[in-house]
Amino acid sequence: MTLDHALTADALTLGYGERTVIDGLDLVVPPGRITAIVGANACGKSTLLRSMSRLLAPRSGQVLLDGKAVHRMPAKELARTLGLLPQSPIAPEGITVSDLVGRGRHPHQKLLARWSREDDEAVAEALAATQTAELADRSVDELSGGQRQRVWIALALAQRTDVLLLDEPTTFLDVSHQIDVLDLLTTLNHTRGTTIVMVLHDLNLAARYADHLIALAAGRLHAAGPPEQVLTPQTVQAVFGLSSEIITDPVSGKPLMVPRGRHHDLARQDLARQDLARQDLAREDPVREDLVPEEPAREAMEREVGVGRLS
Amino acid sequence: MTAGLVAAPSAVDDVARGRVRRAVRWRAVVTVLAVLVVLTYVLTLMVGRTFYPPGDVVRVVLGQDVPGASFTVGRLRLPRATLAVVAGLSFGLAGVTFQTMLRNPLASPDVIGISTGASAAAAVAIVLLGLGGTAVSVFAIVAGLVVAVLIYLLAYKDGGAGTRFILIGIGMAAMLHSVIAYVLSRASQWDYQEALRWLSGSLNGVTWDRTVPALVVLVVLGPVLLTQTRALEAIQLGDDTASALGVRVERTRLLAMVAAVGVLAFATAACGPIAFVAFLAGPIAARVVGPNGSLLLPAALVGALLVLVADLCGQFAFGTRFPVGVVTGVLGAPYLIYLIVRSNRVGGSL
Repeated sequence: MTLDHALTADALTLGYGERTVIDGLDLVVPPGRITAIVGANACGKSTLLRSMSRLLAPRSGQVLLDGKAVHRMPAKELARTLGLLPQSPIAPEGITVSDLVGRGRHPHQKLLARWSREDDEAVAEALAATQTAELADRSVDELSGGQRQRVWIALALAQRTDVLLLDEPTTFLDVSHQIDVLDLLTTLNHTRGTTIVMVLHDLNLAARYADHLIALAAGRLHAAGPPEQVLTPQTVQAVFGLSSEIITDPVSGKPLMVPRGRHHDLARQDLARQDLARQDLAREDPVREDLVPEEPAREAMEREVGVGRLS
Repeated sequence: MTAGLVAAPSAVDDVARGRVRRAVRWRAVVTVLAVLVVLTYVLTLMVGRTFYPPGDVVRVVLGQDVPGASFTVGRLRLPRATLAVVAGLSFGLAGVTFQTMLRNPLASPDVIGISTGASAAAAVAIVLLGLGGTAVSVFAIVAGLVVAVLIYLLAYKDGGAGTRFILIGIGMAAMLHSVIAYVLSRASQWDYQEALRWLSGSLNGVTWDRTVPALVVLVVLGPVLLTQTRALEAIQLGDDTASALGVRVERTRLLAMVAAVGVLAFATAACGPIAFVAFLAGPIAARVVGPNGSLLLPAALVGALLVLVADLCGQFAFGTRFPVGVVTGVLGAPYLIYLIVRSNRVGGSL
């Protein structure tokens, strides 16, 4: 098990140019657990993650790792404790898997030092954990999307950090590879106690895999805690503007969000059908204006059910 | 995925073996390249209007007095061949540094106008201001840096370089070429050799006072660049990844840029911007080295080899003597076209 590290944000304000993206955020990442950051597009999820790994300097406030501001720590020292897999890393043309993964050793290597046994061990371990050992001599260009993502995770693993941040590690992967990647991260967390913080798009995968959910809305912390407490219809409404129902995932026992949407809600279908019939009638016979409702039943119903922000 | 997280000792050995195999190949390639450079260097000293056997050449290089050879080899051929090696190493190193740092084979200083800037400044200093020696080199390095910074600022957008950088650089190069043309038109006597030197690079009429400053700067700044190898390789994975790996991206980029422009500008002040050497050395080195290690040193050696061979060809392969830059230009232009065609096919991302 690794040492537990305290990663916190303290009155953190972040922005680009004129625009403020995160406004006065306080946050505690539970050590040794998996945390998922969720929220609508452009709510500041990735920005927050970038700042936690000091890619973005805060306007005010700070990110603290074990009480030290990450933006003032020596770069290599931070990189030995905290790793990051960015959203779109770049693989140079022709680079082999083992070479790429080996570059994860950078923070552990002195300027002109040679490779050590420890470096080889870290690389071998990262390849084994991500099941990419048999790809070691292949060129990264030739790999499938799922394989490639595992190789990038191997790079971050070779860095051997106790805290690992990942920016949407499942984007562009099909569903089975998404599960693969998240299972791998869970194994890592269970066997090594690595603190994992990831931005995830998929609310249900986040609720399933995270011990701790952080829901952001418009640059502020809306809710944080175990998925069972955070993932409620109210949170989904506030964070995504989506009407939903929460049920229990029959496989994991975790909360599962089921969106209502406009078309497939059994409870609303009768109402909607009447509404449509009336509109059709009106269209066929324009003279009978009296049949066009001044306020369509559909809108009234939407307001009542609370899906007005859907479009 | 139910993988265990501890690697078997045999797996560690596999990794170690693969790494050692790559390192051995890399060393073999570097050794072969270095031997080729030395052989070509000696050959350049041997041939000319009079042929001197290797023994004579070596004795002259060691400082012994050999009748006839001491003047021809020692005074005429030695500074020229040495500058060929120094300039080749400098261009190769600077080129591959830029290409690695900006993650683009087109981002070579001779394509994006940095060499042209240094060349234009040297031409202004010599032809218009009547300067000479170190002052010319200082002019060249300042201009090279100004052009580099200018392109960077103009192309800067969310920290991204990419296509904008290249296109602005090509525009800049065109503009600076016209500066050179203007300067040459104002020269009191029209000097064909001088003109060719600033337009495409030439080793004709080289003396020690031009060779030595470039050599000294290469000896000082070359190792500085080589120490940045790992940091540059991390930057190849993207700025975010590099930063997550503990690399101070902006600082590394600044240091590498100043050092690369330094060696490039001093070499350019001595022999002009020998066309496309910086641009070609990296990709050729990548071909030769394969995925076996760093490209910085191999690219420098390929650069030296390119200049030496091109200068030999330019002097003796044709009826008339061509300056070295004309020969490298003939090699480089088709490759530039190939790269642009290929990048258009892949979707224009360069």
